[in-house]
Amino acid sequence: MNAMTENWVEIGSINDIPLRGARCVEHGDMTIAIFRTSDDKIFALEDKCPHKNGPLSDGIVHDGCVTCPLHNWVISLETGQAQGADKGQSLSFPVQMNGNKILLSLRAKS
Amino acid sequence: MKQKLVIIGNGMAPGRALEKLLTLAPDLYEVTIFNAENRVNYNRIMLSPVLSGEKKFEEIIIHGDGWYIKNNVTLYKGHKITNIDRAKKQVTSEHGIVADYDKLIIATGSTPFIIPVPGHKLPGVLSYRDLDDVTAMMLAAKSRGSAVVIGGGLLGLEAAAGLKEQGMDVTVIHLMPTLMERQLDPAAGYLLQQELEQRGIKVLCGANTKEITSDTDGKVGAVHLEDGTVIPASLIVMAVGIRPNSKLAEQSGLDVNRGIVVSDNMQTSDPDIYSLGECAEVGGMCYGLVAPLYQMANILAAQLTGDETAKFVAQYTPTRLKVTGIDLYSAGDFAEGDDREEIVFRDAASGVYKRLILKDNKVIGVVLYGEASDGPWFFEKLKSGENIREIRDMLIFGQNAVLGSTNADPLAAVTALPDEAEICGCNGISKGDIVTTITKKGLTDLAAVRSHTKASASCGSCTGLVEQLMTLTLGDSFNANAVQSLCSCTELGHSDVRRLIKAKQLKTIPQVMQELEWQTSCGCVKCRPALNYYLVADWPNEYADDYQSRFINERVHANIQKDGTYSVVPRMWGGVTSAKELRAIADVVDKFDIPTVKCTGGQRIDMLGIKKQDLPAVWKDLGEAGFVSGHAYAKGLRTVKTCVGTDWCRFGTQDSTGLGIKLEKFMWGSWTPAKLKLAVSGCPRNCSEATCKDIGVVCIDSGYEIHIGGAAGLHIRGTKILGNVSTEKEVMEVIVAVTQMYREQGHYLERIYKWMDRVGLEEIQKQIMDDLDTRVAYYNGFVYSQKFAQVDPWSERVSGVDKHEFNPLATLALEPAE
Ligand code: SRM
Ligand SMILES: Cc1cc2nc3c(=O)[nH]c(=O)nc-3n(C[C@H](O)[C@H](O)[C@H](O)COP(=O)(O)OP(=O)(O)OC[C@H]3O[C@@H](n4cnc5c(N)ncnc54)[C@H](O)[C@@H]3O)c2cc1C
Ligand code: SF4
Ligand code: FES
Repeated sequence: MNAMTENWVEIGSINDIPLRGARCVEHGDMTIAIFRTSDDKIFALEDKCPHKNGPLSDGIVHDGCVTCPLHNWVISLETGQAQGADKGQSLSFPVQMNGNKILLSLRAKS
Repeated sequence: MKQKLVIIGNGMAPGRALEKLLTLAPDLYEVTIFNAENRVNYNRIMLSPVLSGEKKFEEIIIHGDGWYIKNNVTLYKGHKITNIDRAKKQVTSEHGIVADYDKLIIATGSTPFIIPVPGHKLPGVLSYRDLDDVTAMMLAAKSRGSAVVIGGGLLGLEAAAGLKEQGMDVTVIHLMPTLMERQLDPAAGYLLQQELEQRGIKVLCGANTKEITSDTDGKVGAVHLEDGTVIPASLIVMAVGIRPNSKLAEQSGLDVNRGIVVSDNMQTSDPDIYSLGECAEVGGMCYGLVAPLYQMANILAAQLTGDETAKFVAQYTPTRLKVTGIDLYSAGDFAEGDDREEIVFRDAASGVYKRLILKDNKVIGVVLYGEASDGPWFFEKLKSGENIREIRDMLIFGQNAVLGSTNADPLAAVTALPDEAEICGCNGISKGDIVTTITKKGLTDLAAVRSHTKASASCGSCTGLVEQLMTLTLGDSFNANAVQSLCSCTELGHSDVRRLIKAKQLKTIPQVMQELEWQTSCGCVKCRPALNYYLVADWPNEYADDYQSRFINERVHANIQKDGTYSVVPRMWGGVTSAKELRAIADVVDKFDIPTVKCTGGQRIDMLGIKKQDLPAVWKDLGEAGFVSGHAYAKGLRTVKTCVGTDWCRFGTQDSTGLGIKLEKFMWGSWTPAKLKLAVSGCPRNCSEATCKDIGVVCIDSGYEIHIGGAAGLHIRGTKILGNVSTEKEVMEVIVAVTQMYREQGHYLERIYKWMDRVGLEEIQKQIMDDLDTRVAYYNGFVYSQKFAQVDPWSERVSGVDKHEFNPLATLALEPAE
């Protein structure tokens, strides 16, 4: 699969997401959290902590990571990997910018 | 030229020896370490708190990478030594690295014993020894399946408690009739079993494992016992004992018995090769607790600098189990025998059991369960062999009873300990060592005492005692919380940050981080909420709350629940409600299909299980009935509990209900360092429990007794009396003023009682009760800040604030399946 055949969906503008915050995209049963970091990077993770499914979109965003609101696991926004001694991974999705528009691919990164 | 010292194994024992060597003679050796584990030296003892989630691996590292660089030590991580050539004085690692040595230390530790029952090699059967085991267990725990721990000793039980904490269904299988039979007598073992069972861990004693069978995909599926019982399990942890790891030494022709045989100065049968740690056998014994291993480390370090006087002496080591909430202590010999007597104390109601074993009027064994604070004192008696005939009657009741100090002076116990009394069992550090080091080196904080003396640096269970010793030695100049930095983004402590925010007029989070040289770009979950509070409290009219630095509850003004739904608690002023309010709640519950409605412990009603998107609509309906947010989520004013007082009660002395409502209406909406709970009771019968609140009022005939510094959660603390006043107006003034003082000085997440411990009740009394000008100034400060704070967050959100929080960014149509 190459980037050309990825299926990009426009989900909104970067301005819709608070700086160091997140918004959700509903896709059937799945919720995908879209994060915006302090340096205006956008990331997408399934809104489910690898620990006990906490809603990551409700966490605090810092340094390329989000801290889960339920038990403070720290999850990398880039890879979905739990940091430190915690082990686990949330699904992460490719994101592209087109000007202010955010494009999301619904095929999870592997 | 420096001599070459090579160390095989990088566990706790050689780590300690090296530290000691580097202090004694930093330049004597060129040191190279080979470690089979692919990581730096860490505190193996603390793996259990990592497993249970109480600590992170980073917190248990003893020597980080920087330490090796700083001390010029070469560490080969993930390099197992496969050969020692004694003739050439060379070692070779499995990756082919060859190193010459002048002196060699073998510290290969031990390997866990695996019972060779059929199935013991299946994937999913683990031992409990290193971080990889812990990581594998935590991963397995994600499936929330069932785990079986084979072995009911120290390690097995810590593993079981940790796995339970991680959400697994846990069964412990133990061969012997009671748990931890080597450290506990049957009575205490039984109490321990009961406690674990109460926590939901199943315990099977007298159970013999016959085989392990697999499930359909070839991983472990079940444990079969000799008696036919089958226990399904997706994870099996074997913790049945350890074996000294002496293979390498044996292959190279050194004398090996159970372990590597060393003399009492740690020398093996080859004079240039030393051994220490769990792999070493000294005086016919191998050891598996760090205290004796650290003794070996000190002797070896001395030896390597040419000091041959230090010799290993066998010692008793007390046992403690590191499972939070279980208090257990045992030491010495507690078998029964004709020549022994025993003193036993049981308190069934509170689950306390104490047993002392005496021989010739000397303590030779001690087992404490449920209440173990006297452990070190008994252990001291055991080691010194003191004749206890004179104090025998009172002995079992412990130090305070014997020394006649029934007063509550928390320092009485440590004051009375002799200098030789051992405080830190792991590191063999006595009271005298600690006190002398504190004075000699001018130490003022716990971290420094830890690094200089090692006391409380291993398993940590003596931290409280060490802090008491610091208080004893340093007096008021020591306070246990003083110098901790706010978080790892800065070196500054809370007080410094607060002071600098004021002094430098810092008014935004980025400004604070810039000016105070934060080491991260945008802070972390610890500092951002703290800074946000400090700025809100210090610049009420100017600072714009940083919404993204608040924990989710304070962002959406409801309490997040474990499934991601929310709970909503409206204010019910002073706990008083009405038919109209109850009807409105009932309507909301029906309309939004709210699954649970519950009376809280704070005299109001909680609606639980509300979907995030529904919150604004729920608030809209509640708001129409006159409700505002109860801030059940806030580091701010929560509840003011009241009793019925003079309105109804035959004993009421003042209008406690009315006063409580006044306080709540005056103070709601304010942000405080930690949560703030108040209560007003109508008489000293104290039905609203005012004496365990942050601030409480107990009404009396002559007026009002104002209390402060209580808590009844993680810690139970009775209040202290701040002072007595005679009018409601004064009550309001005092409470509001003391709250403002706390708002200005408290550290984020520090409740009033901790703040009070830090600044002292006398200081608070001086400023609030004695100095009326100061009191009024604080009062006015609070009133001013309320102008900006007393806004109902729910109605704000109903009218559209933070709408994005509650609505998805987009809802995508599902693609049809291809
Ligand atoms: C709802 C309630 C339990 C109940 O059903 O009764 C409750 C629920 C929670 N309490 Fe509590 N506490 C409740 C009364 C209490 C009380 C009783 C009281 O206030 O008289 C106490 C002991 C008194 C005290 O605070 O000293 C209490 C001591 C705690 C503690 C320990 C605080 C401490 O410093 O020791 C925590 C943990 C914390 O705050 O860090 C806590 C934390 C919590 C949290 C916020 C845990 C969390 O972070 O999710 C719970 C929120 C549940 C939710 O979403 O609603 N809760 N909690 C009570 C709400 C009272 C209210 O109307 O606002
Ligand atoms: C979960 C747990 C909890 C514990 N709790 C306590 C407690 O509360 N109190 C207490 O006193 N003790 C406790 N202990 C015991 C204590 O941790 C050990 O006694 C101590 O760590 C042993 O230190 P050591 O240096 O001898 O060996 P280890 O720490 O085992 O180190 C040996 C190292 O050598 C490496 N190695 C082995 N062979 C080779 C080779 N050929 N080449 C290179 N490297 C090699 C190994 O990989 C290992 O890293 C606990 C142990 C565990 C596992
Ligand atoms: S005691 Fe409080 S924090 Fe603990 S489970 Fe109950 S509500 Fe939650
Ligand atoms: S669910 Fe995320 S940390 Fe527990």
